[in-house]
Amino acid sequence: MSSKVIHAIYTDDDLLMQAVKQTREANYHIEEIYTPFPVHGLDKAMGLEPTRLAITSFLYGLVGLGVAISMMNFIMIQDWPQDIGGKPSFSFLENLPAFVPIMFELTVFFAAHLMVITFYLRSKLWPFKQAENPDLRTTDDHFLMEVSVSNHNVEKMSKFLSDTGALEVNLINK
Amino acid sequence: MIVGAIGLIYGFLSAPSSIEDVKEIIASQEVHEEGHAAAEETTHHVDGVGVDKSQELAATGAENAHSDEDAHAEHMLHQLQNKPWAATYVAAFFFFMIALGALAFYAVQYASMAGWSPVLYRVMEGITAYLLPGSIIMFVLFVLSGLQFNHLFIWMDPEVVANDEIIQGKEAYLNVPFFLIRAAIYIAGWNIFRFLLRRNSLRHDEVDHNRYYRMNFKLSAGFLVFFMVSESMMSWDWIMSFDPHWFSTLFGWYLFASLFVAAITVIALVTMYLKSRGYLPTVNDSHIHDLAKFMFGMSIFWTYLWFSQFMLIWYSNIPEEVTYYVTRIEDFGLPYFGMVALNFIFPVLMLMNSDYKRINWFVVMTGIIILVGHYLDIYTMVMPATVGKSWFIGVSEISAVLFFGGLFILVVFNALTKAPLLAKRNPFIKESEQFHY
Repeated sequence: MSSKVIHAIYTDDDLLMQAVKQTREANYHIEEIYTPFPVHGLDKAMGLEPTRLAITSFLYGLVGLGVAISMMNFIMIQDWPQDIGGKPSFSFLENLPAFVPIMFELTVFFAAHLMVITFYLRSKLWPFKQAENPDLRTTDDHFLMEVSVSNHNVEKMSKFLSDTGALEVNLINK
Repeated sequence: MIVGAIGLIYGFLSAPSSIEDVKEIIASQEVHEEGHAAAEETTHHVDGVGVDKSQELAATGAENAHSDEDAHAEHMLHQLQNKPWAATYVAAFFFFMIALGALAFYAVQYASMAGWSPVLYRVMEGITAYLLPGSIIMFVLFVLSGLQFNHLFIWMDPEVVANDEIIQGKEAYLNVPFFLIRAAIYIAGWNIFRFLLRRNSLRHDEVDHNRYYRMNFKLSAGFLVFFMVSESMMSWDWIMSFDPHWFSTLFGWYLFASLFVAAITVIALVTMYLKSRGYLPTVNDSHIHDLAKFMFGMSIFWTYLWFSQFMLIWYSNIPEEVTYYVTRIEDFGLPYFGMVALNFIFPVLMLMNSDYKRINWFVVMTGIIILVGHYLDIYTMVMPATVGKSWFIGVSEISAVLFFGGLFILVVFNALTKAPLLAKRNPFIKESEQFHY
């Protein structure tokens, strides 16, 4: 029974926002919402947790910084010291200014790429993946709210969703 | 208004004590014998053709050559005599540049037709009110320097110039009358733009059309063009010429970053202060958030320029360029690198998190640190060339900051009381009030 969901389709983002609030107040569980464009404030209305992607990004940046420091230290100081521009490189600290751009670049590189990869993994996306779109109209001008039925009364629920301004209410067996 | 009164009392409290202090110091140092600039002269004697040697190296060279302690004591004396002047100069410039930066920021808001900021316009206008007194004080300082009351600018001393071929080569640009004319042009230009912008903004409240707004839009665009050119030249004249042998093509931008971030910080601090007193009901978290974003971004921009200037000169290691950093690193190690930590690491770590940018005390704390950092930034721009090794942050520095800080607060809060704190007819005011990030 728990795999049954109701698809409520709306035609306006303001209407959708209102419906989301009402649905949550009525203690129905919203599984997912499909919209043709990002709706501002929808995540807060749905009660989604704030993203933790920024924290991972910061950590990846630190990793990048660490990689840059150890890499430069190994390449330029330990393994093969050279005399560049009258600055013999026998000390990491004394040659630090020359390494700063690389440290900066690798920090950004690691933070950006690993963050994107994390985002793909977390949202289960990969190249050539088929779109999980329940209704093609959500790529055009319709908004779809997927509400799980679980133990609720289906008819009462459909009535409630129609009252929130839904254009269509469909029961789907997943 | 209460705020104005508080500013007033504070200004008056801090002003007399510090003026006396400054005078006291100058008086106590004038007890010492006369004989200006002799040490600096010898510096440039040794420099001779003067292509390669740093001032600092030359100074030590001169001392060694003379190899008597009198020369060293004399050198110290001149540096110490310069010190209260330099301290005054640093503080005067610091607060002046905040007003100028606030005007630039204000003009950017107008020229870009920003929708988020109109609720802050009156705060920015209030801060720019210090531009006129601040620039007059700067000009008085220049005139006093030009009349040889002090030796802040060694190129203004004819005896120094007579023995220095490099400065002689630059004389077509670096001479006292032309210097003063240029300063007068910048100051007049900025103040005229400031006056017109403020007047139009106030008038706009009273009328029922948007002509004044459009006028301000055009004025702002014009001001920004004038400002970018005059600000670079101002930075060469007023700061870079302290080291007349040295030059950096990045200097205008570097100073710009400094004054811009300091100004934005002050805007944020004043806004939060007024809001905490209940005078700015329309300012919400998101405005503070945006100002904090600017503080964060501009701090990084400043660091980027600081490092760009440093790394190129460090890497090429050309004697005439690298002297600038030799003096700063050898004699000013702590303030020089301390300021980088304050201006970069602190804001980055404090303001990185999006939520922290909304917590007022976090922003206030970071803002104060940024202001201290940028004071030190100006300090390390001016002091090495004027005071050299005999630097320390003593009574004259602190009292100069208190004096100009008090004056700044007095002028700014007085100006804030003179107009309603909401530019109520600005076409974007509704958007700004509802601004939500």
